Amino acid sequence: MKKTKQLFACLCLMAFGLETAQAEYALNLMQGVTRLSHDIYDLHMLILWICVFIGIAVFGTMFYSIYHHRKSKGHVAAQFHESTKVEIIWTIIPTLILVSMAIPATKTMLKMDDVQEADMSIKVTGWQWKWEYDYLDSGVHFFSSLDEASNRARQLNSGIDPRSVPHYLLNVDKPLVIPTKKKIRFLFTAADVIHSWWVPDLGWKKDAIPGFINEAWTSVEKPGTYRGQCTELCGKDHGFMPIVVIAMDEPDYSAWVDEQKTQAKINKSLADKNWSQDDLMAKGETVYVNNCASCHMADGAGMAGTFPAITGSPVVTGAIDAQIDLIYNGKGMMPAFGQMLSEVDFAAVVTYTRNALGNAVGDSVQPSAIKALKASLPEPADEDEDEE
Amino acid sequence: MSAVVAEHDEHHDHGPAKGLLRWVVTTNHKDIGTLYLVFALAMFFVGGTMALIIRAELFEPGLQFVEPQFFNSMTTMHALVMVFGAVMPAFVGLANWMIPMMIGAPDMALPRMNNMSFWMLVAGVLLLASTLFMEGGAPAAGWTLYPPLVLQTGAALPFAIFSVHLLGISSIMGAINIIATILNMRAPAMTLMKMPLFVWTWLITGFLLIAIMPVFAGAVTMLLTDRFFGTSFFDAAGGGDPVLYQHIFWFFGHPEVYVMILPTFGVASTIIPVFARKPLFGYSSMVYATASIAFLSFIVWAHHMFTVGMPMAGELYFMYATMLIAIPTGVKVFNWTATMWKGAMTFETPMLFSIAFVVLFTMGGFTGLMMAVAPSDFQYHDTYFIVAHFHYTLVPASIFILMAAGYYWLPKWTGHMYDEKIGRLHFWLSAISVNVLFFPQHFLGLAGMPRRIPDYAVQFADWNMVSSIGAFIFGFSQLLFVYVVIKTINGGTGEKVTDEVWEDAAKHGLEWTLPSPPPYHTFTTPPATVPTEHF
Repeated sequence: MKKTKQLFACLCLMAFGLETAQAEYALNLMQGVTRLSHDIYDLHMLILWICVFIGIAVFGTMFYSIYHHRKSKGHVAAQFHESTKVEIIWTIIPTLILVSMAIPATKTMLKMDDVQEADMSIKVTGWQWKWEYDYLDSGVHFFSSLDEASNRARQLNSGIDPRSVPHYLLNVDKPLVIPTKKKIRFLFTAADVIHSWWVPDLGWKKDAIPGFINEAWTSVEKPGTYRGQCTELCGKDHGFMPIVVIAMDEPDYSAWVDEQKTQAKINKSLADKNWSQDDLMAKGETVYVNNCASCHMADGAGMAGTFPAITGSPVVTGAIDAQIDLIYNGKGMMPAFGQMLSEVDFAAVVTYTRNALGNAVGDSVQPSAIKALKASLPEPADEDEDEE
Repeated sequence: MSAVVAEHDEHHDHGPAKGLLRWVVTTNHKDIGTLYLVFALAMFFVGGTMALIIRAELFEPGLQFVEPQFFNSMTTMHALVMVFGAVMPAFVGLANWMIPMMIGAPDMALPRMNNMSFWMLVAGVLLLASTLFMEGGAPAAGWTLYPPLVLQTGAALPFAIFSVHLLGISSIMGAINIIATILNMRAPAMTLMKMPLFVWTWLITGFLLIAIMPVFAGAVTMLLTDRFFGTSFFDAAGGGDPVLYQHIFWFFGHPEVYVMILPTFGVASTIIPVFARKPLFGYSSMVYATASIAFLSFIVWAHHMFTVGMPMAGELYFMYATMLIAIPTGVKVFNWTATMWKGAMTFETPMLFSIAFVVLFTMGGFTGLMMAVAPSDFQYHDTYFIVAHFHYTLVPASIFILMAAGYYWLPKWTGHMYDEKIGRLHFWLSAISVNVLFFPQHFLGLAGMPRRIPDYAVQFADWNMVSSIGAFIFGFSQLLFVYVVIKTINGGTGEKVTDEVWEDAAKHGLEWTLPSPPPYHTFTTPPATVPTEHF
């Protein structure tokens, strides 16, 4: 008896120890940080428990039968094979259970759909493979893509241990910042293919569809950093376009907005400045690694049959206007970078590809030239908004 | 008089043609059934290899083996090969072998079309497989082929679309043949409500196939014209709508999943009573439940699309309609349980696989019910939770039942007994590893891991490793089945099997009144009586 007790205590400790030592074996849905996400969690648990209960009843009956009603125990088979009464009972009871599930589900559904009376709106555009955020009220606007550390580690046989990268694949260069305790309306669309915007802590995901606008809303109670990912297969780097949302209390949020506005002004003046070849090349290398290397490879060799090489490419080593046009508008699997890159980044990457990676054309382009080009062309992303 | 008839029969009862050509030109339902089954088994291993490439890459965080684009090709091709190359052909193969023998017919109604339908399937699957070697790689937009992404496919796109056309024509011909056989060639005593449930479920599946395959063919043809002929069905810039494709696809896609599960129900309803030594409980309710599920499958498609931004009324309607499916499905599970209740059960390999099917399919049903609830689906959608869900309804359901059917009918087909010890080993390895493989995927999905990603955040590492270990054990365990099949064909355990094979099986199905193995032509005259065990 004593021995059994000891063994039991030992097993308990082991089980407990395992759980604390390896907290990464997450089992259940997260509750999230909004009232809506809590409602959804409760709904999830309700239905899960109903299923567990039905499962225990059905499997219990079955295993009782398997244990007792076997030929090897000398059980003789009964020959009953029909009962309308029983069939009616096990049709009606599940129907009632379903109704009891449908009522809370409908309530939550109606709450989710109510995007009225929002305090602010953010337009989210999915691109292959990054997110564009547009604060419709304050004019803040930026792109958000996988952070550099994750991007280096995630290359095939990079030799970098993903465990050494903080928030591997769930970190971005520029997170979305939102105020707490405000009702925020999101508008979703996409520039190329369908994407889906999901932050589990907010309780929902919504598809971003080219040419159409979807709506959803959230109101975060607690300041914090919440992470998510694209959840609609959107091509090669679908697994590498995370979402990071930072919820800030009010004074912090306003300060952040002001900072963004100042930064935008500085960026604008940068585009008007005259850049030296060396500065453009240095900047271009970073832009290339973050935007181009995943297809055209870090050394510009490309991938035979799928992604053309940059090294010795007739486009890159040909007329500069043709190269700018291709990068600006995209082609086939190549996304249109015209709106994605700032004037400075655009000019830098054009200059870089022409004079590095085995190419030596010798010329360069100034950000101010790209700015003039942008001003002369309609913005492709704006076509989508007309559909609303 | 009888002497004359016998002589006449003998004259016509020639055996199969000699040599390899027999398999190319055959119009015999048994030969074509064998062709389908062997082809399906081969494709099961092709699709399985792709799955193992996926699981090998996902064994650890970071990219170790394949580029993301190839990874996406693997998930896409794995699904297409398994659905169109393995599961569907396997059930058509069973239908070919068993339906004529179950209803007392000499052959399928349209034997020449039967041959054509098989070879078109082979052509379709080979064409699909050839896209792996094309410029730009195989399709990588998921088996659902959603535009606009699928339109970025390289040279493979038109070939993949044509392959879908071929597979569709093959399926439609197979379905027409099965329906024509069931409706026209039954023995006079075999009224509709005396048909074995496998025959019933296939009759209903046949109608599903005829209704949906043209829809799928239409959807992919629209992709073709969007890409090559300047239409914009699915391009908003030209006035089209990418979500329209999803509606059309899932109008095909949802009944399609029932194409793979209804015959599964039929085989389970055939096997469980034999080993419980009891008639099937609630035969007619089983028939009505199957028909209800088939009907409901046509009106629930948009539950695959809760996140595309449908109007509230649409979301609610598709949620309620989807929840309804739980009712007839529940009736089926309760009926199987009641069939076992107070039986005299024995647990040969077919019964083991069938019981595992009932339990594990029900688990897949539970998660299906959870996802029917639209607000929760906003969390589950496109995560590993759904990957776990549909694999539970396909692997330990359809695949397990196909294995059960193999063990159940192999002695009849070959005249030899399979090795029960290896059969049971195969079962236990499969049943345990399939849960190690798929159960942790529920946790991964709930914890926030999206599907169709080649690499993941480190907090998902542990369960992915467990899942991959399960995958490799499951995959290699299936080689045991190949071993058993080959051994059985070559004489099995040496034990002579009777016509009935299983105790009192003749009470349950006409096929057990025939010799084991059955002669090349059977029921050239219809049997006078049929089993009435259920009535």
